[in-house]
Amino acid sequence: MEEFKPKAVVMDDKAMRRALTRIAHEIVEHNEGAEHMGLVGVVRRGVPLANILACEIEEIEGIKPPVGRLDISFYRDDVMRQISPVLHATDIPFEVEGTNIILVDDVLYTGRTVRSALDALMDFGRPRTVQLAVMVDRGHRELPIRADYVGKNVPSSHEESVRVKMADFDGYDAVEIWDVECERAAKAAARQKAGGRD
Amino acid sequence: MAFLLRGAHVVDPQLGCDQVLDVLVDGKSIAAVGEGLQAPEGAEVIEAAGKYLVPGLVDMHVHFRDPGFEYKETIYTGARAATKGGFSDVATMPNTSPVTDTGTGIRYQIDRARHANLVYVHPIGALTKGEKGEELAEIGDMLVEGACAFSDDGHGVQSAGMMRTCMAYVSQFGRAVLAHCEVESLTNHGVVNEGRASTRLGMFGWPALGEELEIQRDIDLARLTGCELHVCHISTARGLELVRAAKAEGLPVTCEVTPHHLFLTEENITESYNTNLKMNPPLRTAADAAALREGVCDGSIDCVVTDHAPHAAHEKECEFEIASFGTVGLECSLPLMLNNLVRKGHMSWQTLVEVMAVNPRRVLHLEPVRVEAGSAANLTLIDPERQVKVTPDFIESKSKNCAFLGMTLTGCATDVFVEGKHTLVDGEVAW
Amino acid sequence: MLSVRNLIDTTSLTADDITQILDTARSFAEVNSRAIKKVPALRGRTIVNLFLEPSTRTRSSFELAEKRLSADSLNMSGSTSSVVKGESLADTIQTIAAMNVDMFVCRARLAGTPYLITQNTDAVVVNAGDGKHQHPTQALLDLFTIRENFGHLDGLKVAIVGDLDHSRVVGSLAPALKTMGADVTFVGPPTFQVSDPSWYGVTQTADLDSVLPEMDVVYMLRVQLERMEGAVIPSKREYNRLYGLDERRASLMKPEAIVCHPGPMNRGMEINTEVADGPRARILDQVNAGVAVRMAAMYLLLGGENNGISA
Repeated sequence: MEEFKPKAVVMDDKAMRRALTRIAHEIVEHNEGAEHMGLVGVVRRGVPLANILACEIEEIEGIKPPVGRLDISFYRDDVMRQISPVLHATDIPFEVEGTNIILVDDVLYTGRTVRSALDALMDFGRPRTVQLAVMVDRGHRELPIRADYVGKNVPSSHEESVRVKMADFDGYDAVEIWDVECERAAKAAARQKAGGRD
Repeated sequence: MAFLLRGAHVVDPQLGCDQVLDVLVDGKSIAAVGEGLQAPEGAEVIEAAGKYLVPGLVDMHVHFRDPGFEYKETIYTGARAATKGGFSDVATMPNTSPVTDTGTGIRYQIDRARHANLVYVHPIGALTKGEKGEELAEIGDMLVEGACAFSDDGHGVQSAGMMRTCMAYVSQFGRAVLAHCEVESLTNHGVVNEGRASTRLGMFGWPALGEELEIQRDIDLARLTGCELHVCHISTARGLELVRAAKAEGLPVTCEVTPHHLFLTEENITESYNTNLKMNPPLRTAADAAALREGVCDGSIDCVVTDHAPHAAHEKECEFEIASFGTVGLECSLPLMLNNLVRKGHMSWQTLVEVMAVNPRRVLHLEPVRVEAGSAANLTLIDPERQVKVTPDFIESKSKNCAFLGMTLTGCATDVFVEGKHTLVDGEVAW
Repeated sequence: MLSVRNLIDTTSLTADDITQILDTARSFAEVNSRAIKKVPALRGRTIVNLFLEPSTRTRSSFELAEKRLSADSLNMSGSTSSVVKGESLADTIQTIAAMNVDMFVCRARLAGTPYLITQNTDAVVVNAGDGKHQHPTQALLDLFTIRENFGHLDGLKVAIVGDLDHSRVVGSLAPALKTMGADVTFVGPPTFQVSDPSWYGVTQTADLDSVLPEMDVVYMLRVQLERMEGAVIPSKREYNRLYGLDERRASLMKPEAIVCHPGPMNRGMEINTEVADGPRARILDQVNAGVAVRMAAMYLLLGGENNGISA
């Protein structure tokens, strides 16, 4: 059977952990503590990242900020072209109004996901600030959006995909660069192995 | 004008004839039947080898809508449809507007048909004024003007007492009452067979009993009055059993069936609500259709009729529950019988000729037509191998509401002679 | 993606389709619990609510669902449309469709009307009830309510009680329950029973009391007096006495069993107030689920390339 491999592994689990620890410090420094703060992970991989950040912040400040999750499916600007096959529950178990929201996602690319996430967030109330934390910024923005906290800047081309692997979903932590074609083939092979279910 | 039909397989059960012969038509009648006939000077020779020549077919149950609904059909367009289907004679039901319930109405149809100059049109007069089931129509007057039989087709005569009066009155003329059997208090609102179809499609059911109960009533009235009873468009297995029992008893009872009740069932009505499958009586179960096929093949059912019921597009291209009832049928009746029964060996050619030519004339008391010298030259020539595609273009009727659209059938009429006139020429209506 | 392009009946839906709609409805139920109950999912889409038969409840539920999806909607009713002026339905649909409509939501007095609409437009068609044929979104919201209560549908025993033969709710709910693995029993007086229960694969009985102790769900149908064309039951009083769900009958049910009703209720006829407002009743949950389920269905039907309309 053909072996499918990423073109490069740009961060391993240790590097990711170190970056998250740094980001936690930056968040605490920037907000002068962890009061009136809430973390919101963008479904799916933003959610475990937000949970790790919350734990790191607790290590530093002794307060664990609450964590919520946000599914942006209904806010996407490409609903007419495709819809998410599976929806995940949105759950923000704290008051958004007047809170400093740290929006957490894995990869910042065109900025469209973040735009959708901001719209979704505003439907829960009027936050005091919204700050954006991402594991990877790969460039190629199509909207005027920037991240406040970045794990690593990874310059990339459109023919590549940048993937943040998380133990919760993938069994391991890493940041990988894949050739788009190769990744598609790998996914197809995995689906076949899983019994032909799409 | 003379025609020599050469080498046709002649089938006429009245003569016990079933062999290849030549038939010479001269003027309005058959001049000679035999082997190796010579064509007289000026006669047109029609090579008919491989084809079947039979007495002109009769459809004794059609609706030509004229007068009153000429946007659906006229006597002229209906006559074209009949000719295309291989018929030399039709009998028209009286539910026109006004209802054909007077001698004048009968005369009108006969005159129109003479003008169309294609098929014989035998008007059927209404039993009751306006087909309302309340007062006797002028049955004797209509008979004198040329009515061949009497019916309130489209409705059952709801009152048993009224039907008794009708049948008793008609009995003096020695003609048949053609009964549309429907107990309206049971079929109220029904548009499909009660049972699987009404449950599946969420529409009101037209129960088999609504038909059978009135068949039984009318058989009992035939016994009482002595009037000849012909049960129209029988659709259920049990209805057929009732007729069989009446015949066994020796009562003057006959019946007819339509191709749609023979070859379609309630299962053909799908979630696409094809309104061309909305019939009265409705398409029944597969078991009913099988029983009817058996009955028509074994001679229990006397006649095959189309109940040719043209409706304009806007009356069919609408919701099923408000669509009009019926299908056009003249063009595909013979092809359906050939394709589905005769070619498959379920029905003999003799039986086909009986149910489509001989018996209808008998029920209507028309002059018999035989393939013998001296008989009227009313003949149908059938090619059992020619295919027809049931498309709107194939249908000559003014309305295209055909339940069999899209089918390809093998076997059809190619030529028809009516009193020696060549009305269908190689599958095309002559004029 | 659903396996169907239009939502005409539940008999065409697979178990996967139903599960996807119910799962998606959960997400919309969450949206409906927010302070701002609106998402931009169907922004720019045009939906026509064509109500050829009046229905305040169903129409309100669809309208609210459309508004919460940010779709533009237009209401046409039988009394304001030209359908009643002798124009054929086909003409009406073609005229409206010419205005570039994305979806028709149709309620009709006659069975098969939604299918007829699909033949006259490329827009997606959702059946909001056609005659006594089908009412698929009602069935889906019922399934949603029942699944939220029990956590599953398969293996549940459901009695549907009342005017079975005149009910489009039965036409949709019974097949959908069967698809999801529930066991269905029809209960009603013989004059209300369907003529061919075998088509649904259900048993049918007139004995309500003997059925009640077995059931997880007792679904009381509205006795649709307006559809009853003549007296097939003698009186409201007698019906209540023989088939009404009152406190005594409710006490025969399993402790965890629930009561549903599609509304509007005839209190004192098919259901008594003490049951309608009692702890078993999930009737308001059904109404609440209606908006979320309709949002889900419309979102899944209009989102993506399913509808064949280019973005």
